[in-house]
Amino acid sequence: MGSLIALWAGIPQQLQGLVIMVAEILGVMIAVILGVAFLTLAERKVIGWMQIRIGPNQIRIFGLPYFKGLAQPFADVIKLLLKEIIVPTNADKVVFLIAPLIALVPSLSTWAVIPFSPEFVLADIDAGLLYILALTSLGVYGIILAGWASNSKYALLGAMRSAAQIVAYEIAMGFALVGVLMAAGSLNLTDVVRSQAGGMLHWHGLVLFPLMIIYFIAGIAETNRAPFDVAEGESEIASGFHVEYSGATFATLFALPEYANMILVATLAPVLFLGGWLSPFEGLLPPGSLLAAPSFIWLFVKILWFLFCFLWIRATFPRYRYDQIMRLGWKLFIPLTLVWIGVECVMAWYKFGPWARL
Amino acid sequence: MLTTILFYFYATVLVGSALGVVLARNPVRAALFLVLAFFTSAVLWLLLEAEFLGIVLVLVYVGAVMVLFLFVIMMLDINVAELRAGFTRYAPLGAVIAGLMIFEIVYVVWVKHLGYDLAAVGTPLAAGESNTKALGAVLYTDYALPFQLAAVVLLVAIVAAITLTMRRRPGYKQQDVVAQVATRKADRLRIMKVEPEKRR
Repeated sequence: MGSLIALWAGIPQQLQGLVIMVAEILGVMIAVILGVAFLTLAERKVIGWMQIRIGPNQIRIFGLPYFKGLAQPFADVIKLLLKEIIVPTNADKVVFLIAPLIALVPSLSTWAVIPFSPEFVLADIDAGLLYILALTSLGVYGIILAGWASNSKYALLGAMRSAAQIVAYEIAMGFALVGVLMAAGSLNLTDVVRSQAGGMLHWHGLVLFPLMIIYFIAGIAETNRAPFDVAEGESEIASGFHVEYSGATFATLFALPEYANMILVATLAPVLFLGGWLSPFEGLLPPGSLLAAPSFIWLFVKILWFLFCFLWIRATFPRYRYDQIMRLGWKLFIPLTLVWIGVECVMAWYKFGPWARL
Repeated sequence: MLTTILFYFYATVLVGSALGVVLARNPVRAALFLVLAFFTSAVLWLLLEAEFLGIVLVLVYVGAVMVLFLFVIMMLDINVAELRAGFTRYAPLGAVIAGLMIFEIVYVVWVKHLGYDLAAVGTPLAAGESNTKALGAVLYTDYALPFQLAAVVLLVAIVAAITLTMRRRPGYKQQDVVAQVATRKADRLRIMKVEPEKRR
């Protein structure tokens, strides 16, 4: 141990910073990937319980008699990684193999600007909100390239549906974020969280309630989750853009980005609207008490709640028809967000809510 | 030092991908090279600490415009051979236009200087300074009117695009949602009284 400390002290300062940075990045990525793994399990378990089934209950960790089914995601991953990758004969091979990576990279790199706790954020950049908008809009490339490169009509149809849907909902999502940055007065995510300090009544979700709902629904649509999962549409187009993918490419194209984006939306919703790592009891309890202190645990609880909502919605609603999705996105959400931005202007003029402190 | 290395790396990628746009045989691949070109030029802007412009470039061009471009190109059945047939005929015109554009850029950057001190471009921002905030301040004060004008032009473009697609075409079939919702049971359903068959 002593020699390790001496070794660490021997490294030049800049290199130390680099090593710490890489370790932090790896930590966040591993946490996200583990989150994805257990989210797949939670999805199957929760929906199973909702439908009065049992869900995965066979595979145990090292054969321990407790937590039956807990190792199911690892079994799934190992199975997928060991399977053969089949490239269709008439596929564009380069694009076919790059597409899963293009889907994966934005969904992981977005985590760089997420403020996890008052102290910990990988890159506290000024234009954090814009960065997130830009990177989430890149995720669609993986899907449409996968659909086109497969050279299969079902895959192409799925890709087209997905592209149209994501472009439609991205505008509503962008306007919802405009509302947030109007209230916070900053594009920096740490500042957005700080501007909600002072207890539950100061959270943006209160004055921006319609925007929060729209953001979350647009998030469900952008991640192609049920009830907006027409890009897959098992019953009509045989599972859409990833119909030709198998093995590891399937895992990196479909499972990993989709679930990582789910966790991302479930993380951003509390960061933007429900006070991020701030405690809901701030100002209600005496300052200095443990429950009122801001910490990662509060953010974690909020993330879990939104992830549960994802699964709940999936288990509850039937799939939308395609034209209904388009109508909801273009004709309902975009006008609604615009109206609410106007309402915000009025609130800002009369110094109401978050604008009172300006 | 590191910035210079990064600049030359991304500049090389940018020029390479721009060449790829022109030289790629497959239109979809050409569009993908264009995406790469946008992305690398955004990185170059980030290196100049213009993070707002860089990210907006990715957001607007890569995230929205090129997605729709790809959307259209993928749906078309493009005959590449037919497109390439006119290459030699149009090449001189293309060269003239390219030369004109290069001349314009050189003129603006080196000859005019646009009233800016070019030596100050490479200096890093002070700690409290925000590029985004400065841009907003300029955009909504000094350039408020041109900004509004640009917004009006965009609005006109939106209205024009919608009117182009909303025209009534002959033989156009569409579901009438109102009629669907307003149907009564009596319109579609007829309940027949069927006499039960006599048991023998």
